[in-house]
Amino acid sequence: MGAGINPQMPRSWRTDTKPHKFCPGCGHGLVLKALGQAIDELDIQGKVVFGCDIGCSLLAWDFFNVDTVQTHHGRTTPVLVGIKRANPELIGIAYMGDGGGYAIGSQHLVNAAARNDKVTVILVNNTNYGMTGGQMAPTTLPGQKTETTPYGRDVEEAGYPTKGPEMVAAIAHEGAYVARGSIANLRQLKKFIKRALENQIAGNGFSFVEALSACPTNWRTNAAETWAFVEDQMGKYFPIGEFKVPGEKKEG
Amino acid sequence: MADKPIQGEKKVFMTGNEVVAWAALAAGAEIMYGYPITPQNEIMHYWTRLAPKYGRKFLQTEDEISAGFTTVGGVLAGRKAFTATAGPGNTLMQEAMSMAEMMRIPTVLVVTQRGGPSTATVIYSQQEVTMTCYGGNGEGLRIVYSTASHQELFDYTIKAFNTAWKYRFPTFILGDGYQSKMRESLTIYDPEAKGIELIPAEAYVGKSGIPGIDRDPAHLRNTYNLEDELYEVVKGHVAAYQRVAPEIVEYKEYDTDDAEIIVVAHGVVSRAAQGAIKVLRQEGIKAGHFRPVTLRPFPVEQLRKKADKVQKLLIVESAEGQLKRLVTDALYGITTPIETLLKPGEGVTVEEIVEKVRKLD
Repeated sequence: MGAGINPQMPRSWRTDTKPHKFCPGCGHGLVLKALGQAIDELDIQGKVVFGCDIGCSLLAWDFFNVDTVQTHHGRTTPVLVGIKRANPELIGIAYMGDGGGYAIGSQHLVNAAARNDKVTVILVNNTNYGMTGGQMAPTTLPGQKTETTPYGRDVEEAGYPTKGPEMVAAIAHEGAYVARGSIANLRQLKKFIKRALENQIAGNGFSFVEALSACPTNWRTNAAETWAFVEDQMGKYFPIGEFKVPGEKKEG
Repeated sequence: MADKPIQGEKKVFMTGNEVVAWAALAAGAEIMYGYPITPQNEIMHYWTRLAPKYGRKFLQTEDEISAGFTTVGGVLAGRKAFTATAGPGNTLMQEAMSMAEMMRIPTVLVVTQRGGPSTATVIYSQQEVTMTCYGGNGEGLRIVYSTASHQELFDYTIKAFNTAWKYRFPTFILGDGYQSKMRESLTIYDPEAKGIELIPAEAYVGKSGIPGIDRDPAHLRNTYNLEDELYEVVKGHVAAYQRVAPEIVEYKEYDTDDAEIIVVAHGVVSRAAQGAIKVLRQEGIKAGHFRPVTLRPFPVEQLRKKADKVQKLLIVESAEGQLKRLVTDALYGITTPIETLLKPGEGVTVEEIVEKVRKLD
C-alpha cells in the first residue's frame, strides 16, 4: 500500500459517510480506524455485526461497510449477545462509551463477562459524557471538572473512577481477553483490538478492550493540553496493557 | 431428535405456562431469552426441558432489560426469538419493545399479568393492559392478543409469531396468572398439519455477501438527528399500522344481536361475562357480551356499531379502568351510558356480573 496524498482509510470504512460526524479532535475516529484496520487484516468484513450505543458512539451507526445496529444507552452488549447466541457464525462487536459500559450498562457488561459470552466489547473511555453535554462519567478523574462536578470530582461525594478492564479481568474466566489501550498508541490499540477479535473468532470467550480517548470539546483543552490529558493524567490512573490473555500461565 | 414437537393433534391437560412452551415449539421458535418472574416461570421451565430435544436454544439473562434486548438481537439475527415476563418485568421490557416498535422488529413477548403497580401480587390481574398496549416512549404500534383460555393461549402464541413476522410490529400475548397456573384441557397440534403456514423468519443482519461489495450494509438505527426525519419515519410506521390493522383486529360477540345491555370484558373475565349472559338471558334480561381479542389494534368500528344500538354498556375488568380507557377512546362521541365493574387485582365471578346487571336494569 503506497502512501497517497489522501490519508488511507481502512477498506471496511464506508467512504460515502466520510468525513465522519465526530467532533474535530475526538478520539472515536482513531479507535474506529484501529478497529477498521483490524477488521481488514482479519478479513472478516462479511461476518461482523457492529453494535453501537447511545451517546457519541451512536454516530458510528453508518461508519463501516459492515452490518450495524444502533441501540439504547447501555444496551449494546445484550443486543450483540442476543445476535451472537442466535447466530454463532457472526462476529459481534459491541461499541460503547464509558457511560454505556460502566454506568447504565454495567450490569450487562459484568454478566456477559461472567457468562463468557463470545462477543467483543470495545469501550471508549473519555472520562465524561460527551454527547449529552459533558457531565461526570464513572471514569471522570478525581478533581476533574465536568458539568455535574463543576468544582472537580470530589471522591467523597461522587466516588472513585471505575477501572473497567481491572474489574472485567477479575470476574472473567479462562478464554477471556481483557486489555486497555490508548489513542496515544494507536498501533498497540489496534493490536489489542485485533487480539480481542481473534479471541472471539477462535471461540475462546469474552473479549474486552478499553480505549483511552480524548474529548477536547468538553475538556475545553487545546491540542497540546488534550494530548497531555490523555497521555499523562489518564495514563496514570488507567494503566495500559493486557490484563487477561487466554492460556497465559501465571505464577503464584 | 424428533422432527416435529407435536405430530398431528393431541388432547392434553396442561397449565397455561406449559401450553405456551409447547405452542412456541410448534410455532418454530428457535431461541428463548428469559428472566424469571412469577407467574411466567414455568414457560422457561418447560422450554428448557423441551427445547434441546428439538435443537432450540435458551439464554437466562441478568434481568428483563437484557432479556428484551437479547430477544431483539435474536430477531435481528434472523431467528424466531421470544421472551416472557410479567409485572415489574414487563415494565423493564418496554425499553426493548420501544426499540422493536421503532425498528419494526418482530419480537414476541408473552405477558402473564400479575398485580400492580410495582411488585404487588404474584397472582393475577388485568393491570398490564395500558403498559402492554402503550408502554414505551412511542405511539403504541404493537399487536396485543388477550387470551381467555388455554386453547387460545396455544392458538394465539402460534399466531403471534406469524403476525409478528408478517407485519413486523412487536407482538404480545396478554395472558394472566390464572391462565399461567391453572390446568385445563385443550388440543395441541402441529400447525402445518392443520394448514397453518408458518411465516419464515428473515435476517436483518449477517446476510450472505460482503457489505459494501456484494450488497449494501444493514445500517439500522433508532436515532434521528432531525425532527422532520423522525416525523417521516413515525408517520410511515403509523400509516403501515393503520393499513394492516383491519386485517389484524379480532373480537368475539355473544348474544349481542338483540341485546339491550352489553358487557365488555377481555381475557379470562370474558368467561365470567359469558356465564353471566346465560343467567341473565334466563331471567329475561337482554344482555350480550362483546370481547376484544386484540386490544391493539382495538376493534373500534365493531364495538361502535354495537354500542350505538344498546341502552347501556357495562365494562368489567380486573383493573381500575384500563380496558375502560380503550373503550371510551374507541366510543368517543357515542352517548350510550357506560357503567363499570372494576376489580384491580381480583378475579370477577359470574354472580358479581349478574348482580351488577340486575341493579342496572
